[in-house]
Amino acid sequence: MRRKIALKPITLLLLLLTFVSYGKEQHGHGEAKTDKKSEVDAFIAHHLKDSYDFNLFSWTTEEGVEKHFGFPLPVILWDNGLKVFSSSKFHHGEEVAEVGGSYYKLHHSKIYKVDGPNGEIVEDEHHHAVNEKPLDFSITKNVALIIMVFAIMFFMFSKMAKSYKKNNGMPKGMGRFLEPIVLYVRDEIAIPNIGEKKYKKYMSYLLTVFFFVWIVNLFGLVPIGMNVTNNIAVTLCLALITYVITTFSGNKDYWKHIFWMPGVPVPMKIILAPIELLGTFIKPFALMIRLYANITAGHVVLMSIIGLGFLAKNFIGTPLSLVLAFVLSILELLVAALQAYIFTVLSALYFGMAVEEHDHH
Amino acid sequence: MEIPAIVGAGLVVIGAGIGIGRIGGSAMEAIARQPEATGKIQTAMLIAAALIEGIGFAALFAVN
Repeated sequence: MRRKIALKPITLLLLLLTFVSYGKEQHGHGEAKTDKKSEVDAFIAHHLKDSYDFNLFSWTTEEGVEKHFGFPLPVILWDNGLKVFSSSKFHHGEEVAEVGGSYYKLHHSKIYKVDGPNGEIVEDEHHHAVNEKPLDFSITKNVALIIMVFAIMFFMFSKMAKSYKKNNGMPKGMGRFLEPIVLYVRDEIAIPNIGEKKYKKYMSYLLTVFFFVWIVNLFGLVPIGMNVTNNIAVTLCLALITYVITTFSGNKDYWKHIFWMPGVPVPMKIILAPIELLGTFIKPFALMIRLYANITAGHVVLMSIIGLGFLAKNFIGTPLSLVLAFVLSILELLVAALQAYIFTVLSALYFGMAVEEHDHH
Repeated sequence: MEIPAIVGAGLVVIGAGIGIGRIGGSAMEAIARQPEATGKIQTAMLIAAALIEGIGFAALFAVN
């Protein structure tokens, strides 16, 4: 009972914190320039991008100096040898970093090589930089968050597994929270879609992808403003794993239904084969786009509505935008779980198609 | 960005909206008729809605 009472103020505090931090970010940016609308636009675009440092918030002082609060992340480059340095050398993109005789500069959140300490980025007529780009293996904000989620998941599930051993098969603590979700994934997602006999092989992937997407989406909603699933490379990798597993677990029937569909006339078979083959690529492609677009759209809408509050600046518009932002945040909480669920269900569906055994008449 | 492309994307989004609306409506009717099958109907509804949503997003990104 006591726990329950204590939880409420904590939740309330966290909620308030969300608004405070969002507000701070916007406020700090909006003071220096007069054109607030483009300011908000730039802020949203910046928010959606990956970056080389963990910038919690930044503001401009009265003298017009930009101040940043956050911490740098390691930059790892392969450019005639391994080069590792801290992203603080870039001074938030304002300065050229000098490492082992080479010079690097940030341009639109990407690292380019420049000639000297005063080197400039050269742009072609389409505003694409033509400078040489070194191979980039940096621990960016997204990578840092993925590693963090990995650590959290490892901690959560190893603790859950241990609690089963200790209490003779009864989960405790973290396990008690996770067990229903794991069982839900097994009983409602894996077994109906893949089948009683073969679902076990795919459970590890389905559980991993479900919890990974869910936790990562939830992290996208906390005020520190790091989101991974609005980076299309991340969702591409997830979809690629689904594609590889589907392709490699496809049995004879699966391939037969793609290349030589049984039960239709021969001319139809020839037409169907390329369409079905294309379908195998479109399925994971749709998975990738769906997750990426949903999360990106959610963030853009949420931040635009918060931005409206700063544009309106009156007693009706600003509170209204805050209320709308609050409602949308709750909706985004639902979307975070829903997208994890959809991704898992569709993956399971594709695996089920690959291993399904058809009865031949 | 050209105006025909934007209008086309808008049309696709309207179509996707109508489609998802119909799915939701039909699911409601089905649940009202057979409340004991709510879970199964919801699952099928979500999957179908997600597939249509994918097309809507594809159109939006084609414009982008």
